[in-house]
Amino acid sequence: MNRKNTEKIIEWLLKSSAIITILTTVGIIWVLLSESYSFFQEVSLSDFLTDTEWTPLFVVKHFGILPLISGTLLTTFIAVSVALPIGLTIAVYLSEYAPKRFRKIVKPLLEVLAAVPTVVYGFFALMVVTPFLQKLIPGMAGFNALSAGIVMGIMIIPFVSSLSEDALQAVPKSLRNASYGLGSTRFQTAFKVMVPAASSGIVVSVILAFSRAIGETMIVAIAAGQQPRLTANPLVPIETITAYIVQVSLGDVPHGSLEYKTIFAAGMTLFIFTFILNNISFWIRKKFREQYD
Amino acid sequence: MKTLGKIILTFSAFVLIACGGSEQKSDNNTLSGNIKIDGSSTVYPITEAVAEEFRTVQPNIDVTVGVSGTGGGFKKFMRGEIDINDASRPIKTSEADACKEIGIDYLELSVAYDGLAVLINPENDWVDYLTVDELKKIWSPDAQGKVMYWNQIREGWPNEELHLFGPGVASGTYDYFAEAICGKKVGTRGDYTASEDDHVLVQGIATDKYSLGFFGLAYYEENKDKLNIIGVDNGNGPIIPTLETVGNGSYAPLSRPIFIYVSSPAAAKEEVREFVSFYLESAPSLVSEVGYIPLPQSEYNKEIEKFNAFIK
Repeated sequence: MNRKNTEKIIEWLLKSSAIITILTTVGIIWVLLSESYSFFQEVSLSDFLTDTEWTPLFVVKHFGILPLISGTLLTTFIAVSVALPIGLTIAVYLSEYAPKRFRKIVKPLLEVLAAVPTVVYGFFALMVVTPFLQKLIPGMAGFNALSAGIVMGIMIIPFVSSLSEDALQAVPKSLRNASYGLGSTRFQTAFKVMVPAASSGIVVSVILAFSRAIGETMIVAIAAGQQPRLTANPLVPIETITAYIVQVSLGDVPHGSLEYKTIFAAGMTLFIFTFILNNISFWIRKKFREQYD
Repeated sequence: MKTLGKIILTFSAFVLIACGGSEQKSDNNTLSGNIKIDGSSTVYPITEAVAEEFRTVQPNIDVTVGVSGTGGGFKKFMRGEIDINDASRPIKTSEADACKEIGIDYLELSVAYDGLAVLINPENDWVDYLTVDELKKIWSPDAQGKVMYWNQIREGWPNEELHLFGPGVASGTYDYFAEAICGKKVGTRGDYTASEDDHVLVQGIATDKYSLGFFGLAYYEENKDKLNIIGVDNGNGPIIPTLETVGNGSYAPLSRPIFIYVSSPAAAKEEVREFVSFYLESAPSLVSEVGYIPLPQSEYNKEIEKFNAFIK
């Protein structure tokens, strides 16, 4: 075999692995679209978007996605409101206060949080966090959005802290030095200069964490319950889009039935949410990245 | 000394093996073959317990027990793919007709009773019992989105949100409960935590003061310390499901017999005959061990007679 042929084979291998990835994505979108299309032949889009009950598996069928969306957004907002302040504080500390060596050790340690299997987080929420919260809030249900949301927030802290810290590091040194030169304190430099300067990166990190939380499955399936409910009350059982998909996939729903198609309609909704969020973050990154260079 | 020990050990092992061998020959347990069983997940624990015991007696017979639901099992049963079907309800006319069509005769044998338990959280101090009408009020499809608070069920109960837990629609237990409480083919409400996994239900009820749920009595037996069982009043005062009330049918309408179905081609096989006889003989002790309620011994004797008549 001569060199030219070897080159060609390698080139072909590289190309095909790229193509396989793209084809997989296209395939998933295709399946989602075609199955959702046949779902919407039977259920009107306005029912899907306005009905406030979701009971497709029962004799009296309702196909309102709102309870699932409310469950998903509720856990996600709780998660982000935990992860944003903690993650940002960590990022500012690591970037502006911590010695370099300390940062080098702590940053990878923090990222371990994201590497813990989510099923472990799920049981942590159910067996540790929920009983603890029940002591503080009597009458709170065993399955609830609050403890699932808090634990999910812990899981996405590294998304916020790591990416925000990168963003803070990417701010030109001249800005920091100028701030010190004007006599600012460390605190003023961090929160009045560095954070605003890195805001686009921080926003991107939050959006990515947000989209990770929306798609998170195991934690909410284990700890948040399986009851579709249109509510903003974090203390009662709810069901997220992902938990519903798990529930139906594990059950014994006949292939090709309307009940079966609901998981694709739900999946499509989820995909649209994460797709939009990822695009917003991409757009923000692109638009604001080179502001200071 | 060491060598002597070794010799004694070897010798005794030898004697043991020899004894085992002679015992094997004296008993008539050298049958071989395989037995295929499928069907209800409710009956599964009993059949699997029997199969496990059976394997120690007849190690050369291969018994496999699947779980594809009563209906799924009957589908295989009427195609002649399995020997025995576990069933948590009697065979339907359509299924019986399909069996007739391809010339499979079958025998229904009751093996145990199953009760459905209605459960609440141990911290719940207001519910003493529920009537069948109250259960219907809670679970009927009309209640969806409407009956949401405890004080809507009975006056004087707290004005707190009601959290419902129950098996999902794929489970035979759900069908049974829906039919017994709400009536034929109307189903139940859908806004409750529905899970095929009974542990999720146990966890949900055990950690939620305002919960109410139902599932098979066998799972309650395993989780007695975490849940409170409540009586159901069917017009004759509240009755709590126990060995006695389920066995004599007074815990109505939430108790039912469960069955195994044996097909005629299977009953022609020596190993299946052996297994079914073993099943009916060991059922009285094994059934209660896995949390179900055995029939009275006289009933088991009747089933044995029925089976003996069938194989002749």
